[in-house]
Amino acid sequence: MADSPNAAAPALDAPGRPAEPSHAEDAMIEARGLAKTFKNKRGSVEAVRGLDVTVRRGEIVGFLGPNGAGKTTSLRMLTTLLDPTGGTAVVAGADLRREPAEVRRRIGYVAQAGGTDGACTVAEELITQAQLYRLGAAEARTRCATLLAQLDLDGLEQRLVKTLSGGQKRRLDIALGLVHAPRLVFLDEPTTGLDPQSRANLWTHVRKLRDELGTTVFLTTHYLDEADALCDRILIIDSGRIVAEGTPEELKHRISGDLVTVELQAERDTRSALDALRELDGVRDAALHAKALRLTVDSGAQRLMGIMRALDAANVPIASIQLAHPTLDDVFLTLTGRSLRDDSSGTAAPPDPTLQAGSDQRRAETDTTGSAR
Amino acid sequence: MNAVSVLRDTELIFRRQLRLALRNPAWLIIGITQPILYLALFGPLVKHFVSAPGAPADVAWRIFVPGLLVQLGLFGSLFVGFAIIAEWRAGVIERMRVTPVSRFALLFGRVLRDVIALLVQSTVLILTGLVMGLRAPLGGVLFALAFIAVLAISMSSLSYAVGLALKSEDALAPLLNSVAVPVLLLSGILLPISRQSAPTWLYDLSRINPFRYIVDAMREVFLGVYANSTVLWGVLVSLGLAFVCVMVGVRRFQIESG
Repeated sequence: MADSPNAAAPALDAPGRPAEPSHAEDAMIEARGLAKTFKNKRGSVEAVRGLDVTVRRGEIVGFLGPNGAGKTTSLRMLTTLLDPTGGTAVVAGADLRREPAEVRRRIGYVAQAGGTDGACTVAEELITQAQLYRLGAAEARTRCATLLAQLDLDGLEQRLVKTLSGGQKRRLDIALGLVHAPRLVFLDEPTTGLDPQSRANLWTHVRKLRDELGTTVFLTTHYLDEADALCDRILIIDSGRIVAEGTPEELKHRISGDLVTVELQAERDTRSALDALRELDGVRDAALHAKALRLTVDSGAQRLMGIMRALDAANVPIASIQLAHPTLDDVFLTLTGRSLRDDSSGTAAPPDPTLQAGSDQRRAETDTTGSAR
Repeated sequence: MNAVSVLRDTELIFRRQLRLALRNPAWLIIGITQPILYLALFGPLVKHFVSAPGAPADVAWRIFVPGLLVQLGLFGSLFVGFAIIAEWRAGVIERMRVTPVSRFALLFGRVLRDVIALLVQSTVLILTGLVMGLRAPLGGVLFALAFIAVLAISMSSLSYAVGLALKSEDALAPLLNSVAVPVLLLSGILLPISRQSAPTWLYDLSRINPFRYIVDAMREVFLGVYANSTVLWGVLVSLGLAFVCVMVGVRRFQIESG
């Protein structure tokens, strides 16, 4: 617990790399090949296909992915709510599959739905929860008072849960997950449905958890700004696999430089446009989304003329051209071919592996998930 | 997981559920209304159907009231599954399943609350019966309440299991109604199903219905007969049913995954 947050310097692990033994005692989560296949009448669905995750003590790790990517399933496995169908994991020092009861004692979990009964008072819920973790009645009351103060819920002890505001209720949910002072806490979509002010407020509390108590936080989110602002490290999951891992800066650097989006006038020109641009100096990556080419370019502003000339020489008419600095959403789009923001609409076409330029590992992984879809 | 912590967990869940129930006692009152109406509006007619020459005048009540008690037990307990769906939706079940709490306690703390609620309702029903003219030995009444308690354990365990499996009120309501009504009628709750009164097929059907044995045994104890084969069968069927239902319920709380 004495670790300063900086001691857990995040490293850019390639997904699937075996754990280094030297990290073992420092790891709060060590999952290898964790998998879940759901069987139903129509066959089986591989919700999570071999998860390799290492989370070190004192880290705030964000688990990012669109709906249906396997975020919640992974979280439910790591918190003993779902039995994995494959792989192993050590969570907070206890083996997930052999000693789930021990894992439960050591972790805190705050579900997306929360988990409070509107007809209970704040104090009742906190004290009951503390007693469920086998704290004595007096100890439970002390703990309740501490948590109320920590999460700015003072004075609300006797309020019925249903009368709390959204932000207050969410903070109560989190307090319930912290009632036994776990060293590792899982937060499932902690700020979904909150107004911007309450979200920012909740971020402060999550940071305090780590900074003041040394708690390791593993959270899922589909807000990129949240991951960017809050997390030391981000894991991006898509179609049941981790497709990228790193600090927000590292991930943004990966598609570094700038993003040039070229919209073509006609879809039939896409192949010749890709051919023309692939060889161009400074173009690191090119991917296709319908009629738009997304280019990852070093020093984008200086390359714009070159791009336009190359397309002109290849007789490809351009509808528009845009230059942008990368955000995490761009990382996500580049990696998964989908935007997180409109993940439910399904309008963005998945990347077509045959049309993609670039040969780095990341691209190759995206292709695998793309073709497996 | 030792026995002490299981007991402690059960008490903890029981206290929480009881507190919630007392905070909103409306459903307790609603639950008792129907049997009281049966007692008041249908009971006076029963004595014309079930009276034997030379039998005491109140024998009709001693046959009718145990039937109503089982009806109360069946409907009162079988519908607790709706509450668990609401709790599941609010995430309460999942929140508790991540704690070290015993899975048995998650079920049985709730079941105990239902048992207490049903015993209170049954007592009200019996007292109302006394006002109407029921006379039964105290020992028999207490024996009958024990039957009711075991019945409540069975039915609420089963209802929680089914509720958690279906997770939809829209699916649970028709299922419970389609099972409860035939089971109720085939147990001879309103009028006893005997070889003399029922056609053979109806009699045979009633023999495979566990509730029939419970109703029959309760009628015996209301008449002051405690040691015959009818009562023994009633006890065995009650306990067997409770064992199976609790197992099913605990299993559901263990594997609950959706």
